[in-house]
Amino acid sequence: MKITQISVFLENRKGRLFEVCSLLGQNSINIRALTIAETETFGVLRIVVDKPEAATEVFKKHQITANLTSVVAVEVDDRPGGLAAVLKTLSDHDLNVEYMYGFVEKATERAMLVFRFEDPDRATKVLSAAGVRVVTESDIRGL
Amino acid sequence: MIWREDIETMPLENLKNIQSERLKKLAQYVYERCPVYKRKFDAAGVHPRDIRGIEDIAKLPFTTKIDMRDNYPFGLFSVPRGEVQEIHISSGTTGNPTLVGYTRDDLKLWGEVMARAFCCAGAKPDDTIQIAYGYGLFTGGLGAHYGSLEMGLTILPMSAGQTPRQLKVMTDFQPRIIACTPSYVLYMLEEAKELGYDPHKASWKIGVFGAEPWSEAMRKEIEDGWGMLATDIYGLSDIIGPGVSQECHHKKGLHVFSDVFYPEIIDPDTGQPVPDGQKGELVITTLTKQAIPLIRYRTRDIVSMTRQPCACGRTSPRTSKISGRTDDMIVVRGINVFPSQIEEVLLGIEGTHPQYQLIVDRQAHQLDTVEVQVEVDEKLFHDEIKQMHQLEHEIKKKIEAVLSVGVSVKLVEPKTIERSIGKAKRVIDKRKL
Repeated sequence: MKITQISVFLENRKGRLFEVCSLLGQNSINIRALTIAETETFGVLRIVVDKPEAATEVFKKHQITANLTSVVAVEVDDRPGGLAAVLKTLSDHDLNVEYMYGFVEKATERAMLVFRFEDPDRATKVLSAAGVRVVTESDIRGL
Repeated sequence: MIWREDIETMPLENLKNIQSERLKKLAQYVYERCPVYKRKFDAAGVHPRDIRGIEDIAKLPFTTKIDMRDNYPFGLFSVPRGEVQEIHISSGTTGNPTLVGYTRDDLKLWGEVMARAFCCAGAKPDDTIQIAYGYGLFTGGLGAHYGSLEMGLTILPMSAGQTPRQLKVMTDFQPRIIACTPSYVLYMLEEAKELGYDPHKASWKIGVFGAEPWSEAMRKEIEDGWGMLATDIYGLSDIIGPGVSQECHHKKGLHVFSDVFYPEIIDPDTGQPVPDGQKGELVITTLTKQAIPLIRYRTRDIVSMTRQPCACGRTSPRTSKISGRTDDMIVVRGINVFPSQIEEVLLGIEGTHPQYQLIVDRQAHQLDTVEVQVEVDEKLFHDEIKQMHQLEHEIKKKIEAVLSVGVSVKLVEPKTIERSIGKAKRVIDKRKL
């Protein structure tokens, strides 16, 4: 139950993030989760959206460098210790996190965590077995 | 003083006789000894017996950097390998570098023309010279060294870099002559001030600066800053290295040592000669070289030429400083760089063909900087920063290995590099040369 993350290559210059995000808005694509990793000269915008195919099309059309990555998203209760419990499971099973980010879904009062694993399939199995609720592609589309 | 007064002040008519005799011999020599030249002559329908004097030179085919690349490493040699005494290498456009080989006599010739050059700049045999051109495969250091040996100068063989040490050696040994790239002597000016030296107390009185194009503005900066005479030396490793031509203290053009390096100025598009005073591509024939004689070698450097006598007494023709190139080669810190070399490196990475651009810049009194901008497409892009840094690092290391020049790499978004008529501009040179 992997979901699709879109990573976008961005140069560090004024207004660039705005340009990319407005493109999504104009095409009625909703951002579910977002993070930016930045360096001195460039950044990588990582987003989870409700219509990944449409977003890919838009980026291609505007010659924005983007690629798709399989990530695993889980939902945890938005309370102290929620993330730690998930991380303990990962650690116990020797699953290495390449990077992760989280955000709170207002309607459900739950936190969504997005993980990039080297082996997302095994991670999904481990997490499901441990009783962690893994978010599906249809969850994302319908959120 | 004039090192070879007999030749350097010879009436032009006599000089022409020498050139004619040498060209006749040369045509015969390469035709018999070098299959590449035989093929080229045959293809052009010219035979050595058609060459009766220097005016027949236009009958001979041009030699280009492509001939050098295609016949790398030994194809252009006119002597057996055992007679080659030294080899130097410089950048080629793609693939193979450009190689120059010297016999014992070629090295003697190199020493002689460099001695002529130092004298032309104003050196005297009892002078001390600080050689801050790089020693090694680059021709600058050893060329200057051989000339100094020939002249009997006291040599400080510093090679380039280590500025505090250069300044200490200058202070301790009081050399009157400095030989290095013009940008390096300007860089040293700034360093000297920072280290507490008074540049006007420097022992250097005459500079022999070359290996890169430089302007009259730079000359003024060097002369005012250090209180010295700054002269221009020209050469290219394809021909011999430095020592093809040199300015005298009148600084009115570079005296070409035309009894051994015969110059022509041509229209680069038609190959036809242009009149004196008009700009065109410099073409050189090495009249006496043995290992790799070059017939009508296209230097790609744009200059104009005059045959008016010079107040210094030398009769040989003079060329202007280089005003441009007919190809896209640039010179960075004395090293020749072709954009195509960068292209080759990038092609070798992930098999992609990314767009790229070189931004060459020089802050006041600093050495040249090169930024390589590479457009990141889907094939190069990775969502992990770590991988992107690795990519940057890989590109940087590979380019530096090929160019022998330090660069910085900047990853940019697609279509950020300006295209003109569909073709990307490969080099943005911001230097005020």
